[in-house]
Amino acid sequence: MTTTAPSAASTAVPVVEAAGIRKRFGSTQALRGIDLALQPGRCLGLVGRNGAGKSTLVSILSGIYAADAGEVRLYGAPAPPLGDVDAWRSQLATVYQHSMVVPTLTVAENVFLGRQPRRAGAVDWRSMREQARQVMLEWGFPIDVRLPCASLTVEHRQIVEIARALAAGTRCLLLDEPTAALERDAVQRLFLRVRQLVASGVAVLYISHHLEEVFEICQDVAVIRDGELVLTAPTTQVTKEQLVAAMVGPEAGPSEQAAQAGQRAQAAGARATAGPRAGARQAPHGAADGLVVDHVSAESARGSLRDISLEVRPGERVGVTGLLSAGVATLGRVIAGADPYRSGQVRLGGQQLTPGRRDLALLAGVGYIPEDRQAEGYVALLSVAENATMTITDWLAGKLGWLSPRARSAAATPLARRLSIVSAGLTQPVGELSGGNQQKVTVARAIVRQPRLIVAITPTRGVDVASKALLLQELAEITAETGAGLLLATDELSDLVICDRVIVLVRGEHFTEFTQAPFDREALISATEGLLRSGDTPSEGQEPA
Amino acid sequence: MREFGRRAAAGDQAAATDPAAPQDPADPSAHGSAAITDIMLGRSRQAAGISVLRQAALVPVIILLIIVGSFVNSAFFTVSNMTGIGQQVSALGVVVVGESLILLIGGMDLSLEGTYGLAPMVAAWLMVPVAAYGSGLLLSPYLAILVLLAVGAVIGMVNGLLIVKGRLNGFIVTLGMTIVLAGLQLGIVGGNSVFNLPRAFNYLGSGTLGTVPVSLIVAAIIFAGVGLFLRYHRAGRAIYAVGGSLEAARAAGIKVDRIRIGVYVAGSVLAAVGGLMEAGRVSAVTGQQGYQEGIIFSVFAAAVIGGVSLKGGRGNMVGAASGVVLLGLVQNILDLSQVSNYWIEAVTGGVILIALILARVIGGEATAE
Repeated sequence: MTTTAPSAASTAVPVVEAAGIRKRFGSTQALRGIDLALQPGRCLGLVGRNGAGKSTLVSILSGIYAADAGEVRLYGAPAPPLGDVDAWRSQLATVYQHSMVVPTLTVAENVFLGRQPRRAGAVDWRSMREQARQVMLEWGFPIDVRLPCASLTVEHRQIVEIARALAAGTRCLLLDEPTAALERDAVQRLFLRVRQLVASGVAVLYISHHLEEVFEICQDVAVIRDGELVLTAPTTQVTKEQLVAAMVGPEAGPSEQAAQAGQRAQAAGARATAGPRAGARQAPHGAADGLVVDHVSAESARGSLRDISLEVRPGERVGVTGLLSAGVATLGRVIAGADPYRSGQVRLGGQQLTPGRRDLALLAGVGYIPEDRQAEGYVALLSVAENATMTITDWLAGKLGWLSPRARSAAATPLARRLSIVSAGLTQPVGELSGGNQQKVTVARAIVRQPRLIVAITPTRGVDVASKALLLQELAEITAETGAGLLLATDELSDLVICDRVIVLVRGEHFTEFTQAPFDREALISATEGLLRSGDTPSEGQEPA
Repeated sequence: MREFGRRAAAGDQAAATDPAAPQDPADPSAHGSAAITDIMLGRSRQAAGISVLRQAALVPVIILLIIVGSFVNSAFFTVSNMTGIGQQVSALGVVVVGESLILLIGGMDLSLEGTYGLAPMVAAWLMVPVAAYGSGLLLSPYLAILVLLAVGAVIGMVNGLLIVKGRLNGFIVTLGMTIVLAGLQLGIVGGNSVFNLPRAFNYLGSGTLGTVPVSLIVAAIIFAGVGLFLRYHRAGRAIYAVGGSLEAARAAGIKVDRIRIGVYVAGSVLAAVGGLMEAGRVSAVTGQQGYQEGIIFSVFAAAVIGGVSLKGGRGNMVGAASGVVLLGLVQNILDLSQVSNYWIEAVTGGVILIALILARVIGGEATAE
């Protein structure tokens, strides 16, 4: 139970020390000599673009891969051999963004998973519950250890994982994008707990796409790019801009993109104000030509909707935001036909959309970028070309339904070029691409049918800074060019920069609407919390006092 | 190959550490972006190589079996024995096509063996006089074949509706259906066998063109047709999409329910055709045909040996066909080698298990082509 690890606070020996770590996959040098140290009682932020080597480094530090060269030392001693899971676990634990608890087991069982206290060979339930409760009390975690984990929120499941690590005696945590699935409140509570852990001498490596988070809770920050640490500094001595520059690197292309894409996206947005007119020419009633959501109510585990009404005119970009359970994603899914609704009506161009029929919504002209990319965004085994053209097989195929691979790649090639999808070729399975490129394939699939409305739910989640800007810019440009409407349902407030107006949902209801870009971040946040409506605060001057 | 193995090992370990580790060990995002194209090219070439290997993986085994067979019995490598094998495996092969389709959408159908017995039994019952345990309707063999196809379609439709619309578990639905169908097969003829079937009905199973059995030709056409359909038809590609990821296919606007039900129907119709071939071959429908022979094990074995994934979305007809041929050769060699009747099942089962292990070791799983 108690490990041989010395008390962290009593020594200045780093908890984890990586020296000259190199790792190669095939012909790619994933890591090129990483030196990194985690000190007890400090939180180190690790940032970098997709594909920079973060995941590989985490895998090596947590004993999943062996490094080709270099050494990992834990508490000054050489790391245990690769297969010795228990030894690694007792010294260092990784908390992933997707929960690793076993949902059917209780909290106590999960905390002691694989090392249940025993008496006479059988699991000692009473002592297990008692010890689990003790751990929760000690660290101030508000969870009943008798509950099954299935009944817990994402936030509490994460706590169970942290508790599991702490109960095993670990005083070093690797948090891999821990806030990706959390609501804003929960994020704040997580930060509170991380600070508390750090204050009591735990070492934390905090991996995130969100630079603000790093500045908020980390004492130090390290930037990884192309397998090298290009910057390591206390967070007080660097600016956000410096971090972005370090992540993107000196190459002109991406750096310009990163810096300018946001502005270009906005510019594209400005150009698009002419869009509605072009759309309106076809039908005299612009509003009837677009999306009309009419008093829609829907039940969903993702957050229900209550009596929502809104319109998206052709060429208009409407953002919808709110807390995770506010029904933002549900609204997107209902409009796209992925979820049914109980009452009300959704119409596109005057035509009513059948509830819960994604196939009919597609034919009616709704392009869809789903929230969960891995589950719904693409078929991993199938090629880039096939995924990108999955929504237009009826166009590509002849009368009898036969379709040639050549027609498919002819249709996919311009899209792949436009979205700059990096792949070994259009025949490469999408499962082999990086996260950002997978998301581009999902976007391609949505826009290839020239939709009249694009429903995008958190399209930039898990995508690195530069790709993010590029994706937003593309969405803005496509709507501007084609006159398609965009409904952008997201909890990433920075995505809303391309929107003409923003609707805020609170507990499934239409709470308020911001019509004046640029949208003030503070005002948006207080609106999502249900505190202030857009009219209550001046949209230009931001004085939260 | 070494690199591949190493990576797989690392992956296993990751899986052992964390049952649902989100990081795919081969996740390209773990690599430097500058060289990302290189590694992708490398891996893709490697994957392509493996895919080719996979397609050809069973060929050496089949050649080896033919050599072994020739030593075991001089009657093995003769035209008459080879056509005999062809005739024997055709019926199984057609059912394997049906099961492969269902496996490709991520489903499974145990009741194909029931359909394989019941559909020809119903047809036979409609054709023969009461004295021969028939209905006395004396239906024409051509109509009877239509009825046979319809029986297959209805069974598939019921399965499909229960599984897709009723959201019941496919394993248990088709298991229950198997028992029902086998019971009907015995019930309608009072447990008797129906002999003396009309020539036209037997033609598919026993006819020959020159020396080539008609059933073999038809089975080959079905394999080729379904193979092309899967590769080049909208609906065929939709089958791979649905099997690869149901949710992603749905989000892409594919009529997922229709595809799945359609595949259950097609699978059962193919099983009925397989049953027709078998009935024609022995010129009778017995109560044994299908369920009591336990052909579903051979069907699954052939599909899986041929690289069709039980998890859906992977596999192709070239693989399935070579699985069928391999299984047919094994069966035939065992028959010719005069293994004691009491032992033959144990030996057959053992050989199939070895073939499964070999197929897994040599080629892994097939691609979605």
